[in-house]
Amino acid sequence: MQVPAHFEYEKATSVEHCLALLAKFGPESRVLAGGHSLIPMMKLRLAQPETLIDINDLTELGYLRVSDGELRMGALTRHAELLSSPVAGEHFPILHDAERVIADPIVRNRGTIGGSLCQADPSEDLSAAFAAVRAIMVIQGGAGTRTVPAREFHLGPYETVVESDELLTEIRVPILPGSGSAYEKVERRAGDWPVGAAGAALWLDGDTITEVGIGLAAVGAAHFSAAEAEDALRGEPATDDSFTRAGQIAAEHCRPISDQRGPADYKRHLAAELTVRALRRARGRVRGGKG
Amino acid sequence: MQITMSVNDTEYSAEVEPRLLLIHFIRDNLGLTGSHWGCDTSNCGACVVWLDETPVKSCTVFAAMADGHRVRTVEGLERGGELDPVQQGFTECHGLQCGFCTPAMMMTARWLLDNNPDPSAGEIREALSGQICRCTGYENIVRSIRWAAEHEAADRAGAPGEFGDSVQEAAG
Repeated sequence: MQVPAHFEYEKATSVEHCLALLAKFGPESRVLAGGHSLIPMMKLRLAQPETLIDINDLTELGYLRVSDGELRMGALTRHAELLSSPVAGEHFPILHDAERVIADPIVRNRGTIGGSLCQADPSEDLSAAFAAVRAIMVIQGGAGTRTVPAREFHLGPYETVVESDELLTEIRVPILPGSGSAYEKVERRAGDWPVGAAGAALWLDGDTITEVGIGLAAVGAAHFSAAEAEDALRGEPATDDSFTRAGQIAAEHCRPISDQRGPADYKRHLAAELTVRALRRARGRVRGGKG
Repeated sequence: MQITMSVNDTEYSAEVEPRLLLIHFIRDNLGLTGSHWGCDTSNCGACVVWLDETPVKSCTVFAAMADGHRVRTVEGLERGGELDPVQQGFTECHGLQCGFCTPAMMMTARWLLDNNPDPSAGEIREALSGQICRCTGYENIVRSIRWAAEHEAADRAGAPGEFGDSVQEAAG
């Protein structure tokens, strides 16, 4: 039987209450959202927080809406809610592509999008998807609210800019016209972490790429993104040739490691190939195809 | 800590350690052993119960997290001594072999049919994709759920059902 180490349990009744509890219990406390990453780590004693602050009853953090030209998602939105949200799928099909291949339907009922981002696993699909669409993270603390771009949110594996007395409360994605997006993942079996994955968001003016975002998961890409490949695409025509070049650049700049999911050279190959496939599908969606 | 939750419409209160998992609370404290404790790693899905309106893997939920909430287990599927159509389907279509995965399969099946009364075989498989039948009896599990879907559709229409053809189709 896997039994977590002893901890104290507190149930937050509001965001303010959660922040007060975080301030009170300090860096040895952890926020408990869906718990589908944290509880397994606690069972293996890889995490031994002294206090858990359960935010599952903070229904005010579970929402999806369009406001001020942005798609705004509460951090406690469950994966299943994001996957079934028509408004999210309409503006950012990349989020539905990614959610469809995250874990399984029962886990998605419980796991939250904020929890996944704060867990900061280097293979997290949503981190790559939100890097691609240049999301903005809203972080609340005792001193007030601050926003951080998705690409500055992660400091490294299992580490984010969220301080021990702060809470990620919202994810925002600016909605700009002429966009299409897609996510491509290779996994060993359904619901597994990716061997490699790539997401792409494209903004076109005619055939010209005016802006592009490429997100990569599980291949050691800095900030879950492929900035050099994006630079090579901006202002170029949205052709298969330019996509292939971008895929090569993305593969050159990532740093995958060999592990039980696959050898580094295969992951590098996936970074290139999946970048191309995601860009192609994103292009199809800009042009109105379902891709 | 003191927790109170409704399990199958009965209120239970208990003094528990915060680290007690919901599956152990249900089995050991309440004696409801229909929900099974399998892999302990949220992979096998033998521990699926409903927390409020949705199925969850109760080996990855602390009992404390269900404090103030409603839980439904396989023992709560039957109504007034009458088996749920999902339970009847598993009986009719030989939906179980060793039976270890069965209670959790039926809890997910009930949730699926509540949200999608006429699921295709593919949709059933997708819904069950977080649960493992180590006897590999998936074919008959899918048939069982189709049986329940058609039985319920016939009940809604107020007519006796003709199940043969579509059960065959679901197997394909």
